Amino acid sequence: MSKPRTLFQKIWDEHVVVHEAGAPAVLYIDLHLVHEVTSPQAFQGLRDRGLKVRRPERTMATMDHSIPTTDRALPILDPIAAKQVEQLRINCREFGVPLADMGMEDQGIVHVIGPELGLTQPGFTVVCGDSHTSTHGAFGALAFGIGTTEVEHVLATQCLLQDRPRTCEVRFEGAAPDGVVAKDLILALIARIGIGGGTGHVLEYAGEAIRALTMEGRMTLCNMSIEGGARAGMVAPDDTTFEYLAGRPKAPQGAAWDSAVERWRKLPSDAGAVFDRTETVDAAGLEPMITWGTNPGMGVGVTQPAPEPNGNPGIRKALDYMQIEGGKPLLGRPIDVVFVGSCTNSRISDLRLAAGVLRGRKVAPGVRMMVVPGSEKIKVQAEAEGLPEIFKAAGAEWREAGCSMCIAMNGDQLTPGQYCVSTSNRNFEGRQGKGGRTFLASPLTAAASAVEGAVTDARRYL
Amino acid sequence: MESVTQFSGKVVPLAVADVDTDQIIPARFLKTIEKLGLGKNLFHDWRYLADGGPNPDFIVNRPRAKGGTILLAGDNFGCGSSREHAPWALMGHGFKAVISTSFADIFRNNCLKNGLLPIVVDEAAHGELFAAAEADEDCRVSVDLARRTLRLPSGREVEFPIDEFSRKCMLEGGDQLSYIQQQMGAVEAYERAAPNVLNTL
Repeated sequence: MSKPRTLFQKIWDEHVVVHEAGAPAVLYIDLHLVHEVTSPQAFQGLRDRGLKVRRPERTMATMDHSIPTTDRALPILDPIAAKQVEQLRINCREFGVPLADMGMEDQGIVHVIGPELGLTQPGFTVVCGDSHTSTHGAFGALAFGIGTTEVEHVLATQCLLQDRPRTCEVRFEGAAPDGVVAKDLILALIARIGIGGGTGHVLEYAGEAIRALTMEGRMTLCNMSIEGGARAGMVAPDDTTFEYLAGRPKAPQGAAWDSAVERWRKLPSDAGAVFDRTETVDAAGLEPMITWGTNPGMGVGVTQPAPEPNGNPGIRKALDYMQIEGGKPLLGRPIDVVFVGSCTNSRISDLRLAAGVLRGRKVAPGVRMMVVPGSEKIKVQAEAEGLPEIFKAAGAEWREAGCSMCIAMNGDQLTPGQYCVSTSNRNFEGRQGKGGRTFLASPLTAAASAVEGAVTDARRYL
Repeated sequence: MESVTQFSGKVVPLAVADVDTDQIIPARFLKTIEKLGLGKNLFHDWRYLADGGPNPDFIVNRPRAKGGTILLAGDNFGCGSSREHAPWALMGHGFKAVISTSFADIFRNNCLKNGLLPIVVDEAAHGELFAAAEADEDCRVSVDLARRTLRLPSGREVEFPIDEFSRKCMLEGGDQLSYIQQQMGAVEAYERAAPNVLNTL
């Protein structure tokens, strides 16, 4: 009998094309996603060397970071962003890469549309010039972010040079209580291991609370693996995965589907497979999470106090930037903005959670709430379900698909000093706009906080 | 990339842990389609005041940092976004190496592909360097990539880890893409041999 292998090891083994002594492995890439911000220099590199995109059919581009989330019929006002977006169109045309352009039905945040189209499949290697590529690990794929030089490598060769990462099993034991959703699970893990805690590792999430998650929940979870420093995060594929994928446009169909599922069922880690490391989280003991500081590891249960500095310069610096006092919970703290969106939490189930809280209620006076669907398809779905009416009746803004205020490149941004409860993934200084202050939380917590105009324990709204 | 072998330089100490790439270069400067010209935006929101003038308290603006080519950073430098604009901005400003106890994975990869040397040292050497930089504004270190050594101001030499392939590429100014291109025969054979896996797209 062969040695038991982890999910990661099986995918790794299957994708190593060649591994010479003294060099990293040449890893074959099944799916390469491309967006406007990290690709122009890579396409220019191809041009300079006279190279082509080797596998355009394994490459998919969209625009999401720099684009406005206002009326699609209007031109992009920022001339630098407009040029970048236009450059992606030129590059895709010249190199034959499929593009989900603004206004097309497939457009959306790159990590939302890959799964939505069925491009992301179990057992795949998936890369993109974007750290949140870890999202796609939800399907039992090995998916990670790369730099622009590596984008050029993959465009030119469909391969990437990689050293084998270490593995870490993360077990979430017990069932998550009501009001504790995927976002809370991952924020709790990062608070535990720290933002560098996963460096050099691929995480495999397991345990009862993970099996119970929907695919959208698993995407939220895997999405933020990078915020714990991990190379990637993954969840073993199961019936939940196959049900989500069945019938999607790029998923295998008919007999090919049956044989794919048969292969995918062999992917989960074998009994007795050895991980380099294991972490365990008591999911049943968690409460909704919120961040108090300036990195995603600075999080606490919503009823718990932010820490006191006690001589720790990192905590001191974060409390100073956030202008909050250590030793006190954030509950009740007034906020200015609520953002529901991003590759972490902009899918239909996220919007339903937020709408469920807002139905028949109002966003507190003086609070701006933005709801930004992750893709055109999600927007259409939400409209079919009547969600925009709920958001608008509550006084929230319903916008077009894109990264929006997660990264604040497109004009959707905080003003200096504003406090925002955000469903996005990063609370770094200035991430949502220079001088802005971010509390990361789930869509439930975000919506409940919008209603109260202050950081709120969403469990009171279930 | 240009070859890197030996160099010495003045240390610029940035005593902050977990510096993310949003601090190294904020996202609003990523709308460019160029690699060059990003040095002026390095550490932008720490480096410039609201009126656009330089923040005199920020280390990179202090007179001691003038001509500095080696950034001495806190633990876990370069976490967060994968933006390669971060090493482009550091190099655009004139840095040749960054020293820390640890680097985020994607940032480290991006550095190595551009010839910006990420030097990992242990906590003792890290502490010694910060102390030396505090004592002497002209604190200098020497790097010998061939020998994988860093000479501290005290004269003590410490070895730093770097994978053999990256070291060779940096020493020779080698190009990693051409290495993969040399393997294309194997890639084609791989594609022929694994049709079941590949044909699902």
